[in-house]
Amino acid sequence: MDMKVTKKKLGLKDKYKLMTRDLGWEPSYHSKDELYPYMNYEGIKIHDWDKWEDPFRLTMDAYWKYQAEKERKFYAIIDAHAQNNGHLNLTDARYLSALKIFLQAISPGEYAAHRGFARVGREFPGVGPQVACQMQAIDEIRHAQTQIHAMSNYNRYYNGFHAFADQRDRIWYTSVARSFFDDAMSAGPFEFMIAIGFSFEYVLTNLLFVPFMSGAAYNGDMATVTFGFSAQSDEARHMTLGLEVIKFILEQDPDNLPIVQNWIDKWFWRGFRVLGLVSTMMDYMLPKRVMSWREAWDIYGVENGGALFKDLARYGIKPPKGWDDAEKAIDHMSHQFMLGLYQWSFGTAFHAWIPSDDDMRWLSAKYPDTFDQYYRPRWEHIKKLAAAGTPFKNYGLAKLCQTCQLPTVFTEPDDPTLTCHRETVYKGEKYHFCSDGCQHIFENEPEKYIQAWLPMPQLFQDPVNGDLGEWMKWVSLLDGKDNGDYAGSEDQKNFEAWRGLATTNQ
Amino acid sequence: MQIDLRTVAIQPQRQAFDHLVRRFGDKAASRYQEGSYDIQAAENLHYRPTWDPDHQLYDASLTRIVMADWYALKDPRQFYYSTYTLTRARQQETAEANFSFVESRGLADMLPDAQRAVALNVLVPLRHAAWGANQNNTTVCGYGYGVVFTQPCMYHAMDNLGVAQYLSRLGLLLGDTEALDAGKKAWMDDATWQPLRRYVEDCLACRDPFELFVAQNLALDGLLYPLVYERIVDQHLSAQGASAVAMLTQFMSDWFDETRKWVDAVIKVAAAESEANRAVLTEWIRQWSARAASAMVPVVELALGSGADEAVGEQLEAFKARVLKTGITL
Repeated sequence: MDMKVTKKKLGLKDKYKLMTRDLGWEPSYHSKDELYPYMNYEGIKIHDWDKWEDPFRLTMDAYWKYQAEKERKFYAIIDAHAQNNGHLNLTDARYLSALKIFLQAISPGEYAAHRGFARVGREFPGVGPQVACQMQAIDEIRHAQTQIHAMSNYNRYYNGFHAFADQRDRIWYTSVARSFFDDAMSAGPFEFMIAIGFSFEYVLTNLLFVPFMSGAAYNGDMATVTFGFSAQSDEARHMTLGLEVIKFILEQDPDNLPIVQNWIDKWFWRGFRVLGLVSTMMDYMLPKRVMSWREAWDIYGVENGGALFKDLARYGIKPPKGWDDAEKAIDHMSHQFMLGLYQWSFGTAFHAWIPSDDDMRWLSAKYPDTFDQYYRPRWEHIKKLAAAGTPFKNYGLAKLCQTCQLPTVFTEPDDPTLTCHRETVYKGEKYHFCSDGCQHIFENEPEKYIQAWLPMPQLFQDPVNGDLGEWMKWVSLLDGKDNGDYAGSEDQKNFEAWRGLATTNQ
Repeated sequence: MQIDLRTVAIQPQRQAFDHLVRRFGDKAASRYQEGSYDIQAAENLHYRPTWDPDHQLYDASLTRIVMADWYALKDPRQFYYSTYTLTRARQQETAEANFSFVESRGLADMLPDAQRAVALNVLVPLRHAAWGANQNNTTVCGYGYGVVFTQPCMYHAMDNLGVAQYLSRLGLLLGDTEALDAGKKAWMDDATWQPLRRYVEDCLACRDPFELFVAQNLALDGLLYPLVYERIVDQHLSAQGASAVAMLTQFMSDWFDETRKWVDAVIKVAAAESEANRAVLTEWIRQWSARAASAMVPVVELALGSGADEAVGEQLEAFKARVLKTGITL
């Protein structure tokens, strides 16, 4: 064989092509439809997978090298954090409610994303998108694990973390996040990519991660800050993938536009509802607050999202249908959520509390048009009840939205004094919704959403049969430890005692 | 605020998460356990897949293998993301050093033509087989049940991609882009490669995650890796003065030694679960390994000529002995 001595100089792009898409081939022993069976049923038309532009170029050797470096740092820091009782550096143990919600509801979502990306990483008949999705699949299990590992030490000292795996599947409020990810995974591969890759990772992730990780930093939670920083470069890759996916689909065929627009409308609203919990964390649960939910929305929603949809306008994409309703909800939602969480706190594996006078002053300043008018009076009333020894608890069952699974605690977009409630009758059954957005989503795919597992009806079935104590056992909730008001809780007493040990000579 | 805690002892409230205490007792859990056990949703799944409405979102009945507890299929390496990436990062350092050793000393150019041709003809088309393996392991991860079984399959899939990329680099180093083009043409059209390509495509069409695990990771790779990397590269080529090639494939040899222990452990536990499982596994391993062996004969002929039949036959015997240790008699 006559070999050349000097090798051709390959550019980065060509080299990466040889390392990825050149590995694929046209099958001939089976049809492409047989090997990639889920490509057509959603109606998306792809004519040329080769037009896919790799959103990043990372061969496996480089991936292992970079990721191992980050892993070494991450575990060194959380080991030190555990060893030195880093949890006593928290501003206050109230902060942990945010972490408990995260571990019960969001970390399982990371795992679901791992499996979802593995599936699409197999199902797309193009090596470029397959490799990009597979890398996200392996990143997502990383995120699930680093989060569990970071919070494991908190579990040793504080309540509410210990049963996250049971509560992921059984407790009522985690079904908000669970149903979101189940919805995406049960959709076809293209919709999954728009749901998670684009809407969640690109449009909404900043609203989740930036406030969360900044909140951790502001409140002395070194463990969470560390996984946030460590995940950042992964997230950057995921965002470029999300954007490439939508552009690729839209450039392939004009018929794809209405399908994609419909998914954007749907997933924006689904995501907005899930992120509602973040609003409560930002405005109520962080002892030391980073910024208000309104301020975060103005930056990451209005500014960034606005720029994005301006950029996508050339494909004919319009901002999501629920955008205006979302904007109208921003000044209300955190208060509505926290009021709900407080009155149902007997049924949550985290604590809620009545905001202090200082907290309420801050809320008035950040929400000048809404807080004093609509929400302060309710908190003042609740405060009086608590002072009188008759704290406000709502043992009535929350009516859950069939789509987003949140209690229907929201108000009409144009009337903050009126609770928003929608109904649809489908095949003789009545279904309830929290908003127009959720009702529309149901009506587009009723056969999907009638299957939703709703945690409230479960209360009246075996093994619970309407008994609150049995229910608590079933969801692994320790009454008097995990739930209720932060004031007077074990977490509060322990944190103060331990911190006293560490900072005084008593 | 800096808190000095050297003398402060705080009594932990508990040792581990509830689900791990139930499985392993009331003691501190390892990071492998925390990152693997029961982190897949198991109950109250909301919607059936629109792409497969007859099944649940995670559905153990996608395979004929039945396990009372899928978390019995423990990975003896106890790989979770961190230990996995740290292990591979070390291996890639070695691989990188090997590639630059071969490059910097011009060892590739010194290869005798005949041996270079064998290396290119055998190894370069295998980058496509490795890509097939990547997709198959991605399928097992995507549709298998239980994290301790599916998690290592994702790592394995990424390893398969890494192998495909090392083989591509080897092709570029020994024969430039022409070698990759020729390898792909052989993979597509040469009679030598068609039984193997057919095998890989049949695997791609297989949707039973456990059968796919058997077909790809046990039957095919259990024959292909020892035949290609031990017999052809490490023994045959090295004996003929082409040990530089072995330096370029060290990753694959080390990787096979490590991963086969995991594959065997999975098969062993699944077979021990029930006679029904053992019967299904026996049937699968018989079928797929017989096909894999005959698909490998023409490939091995490229290097060993008329010695191929004997080499594959010996390897098949060794394979049977290996499988016997998992409790399955072929």
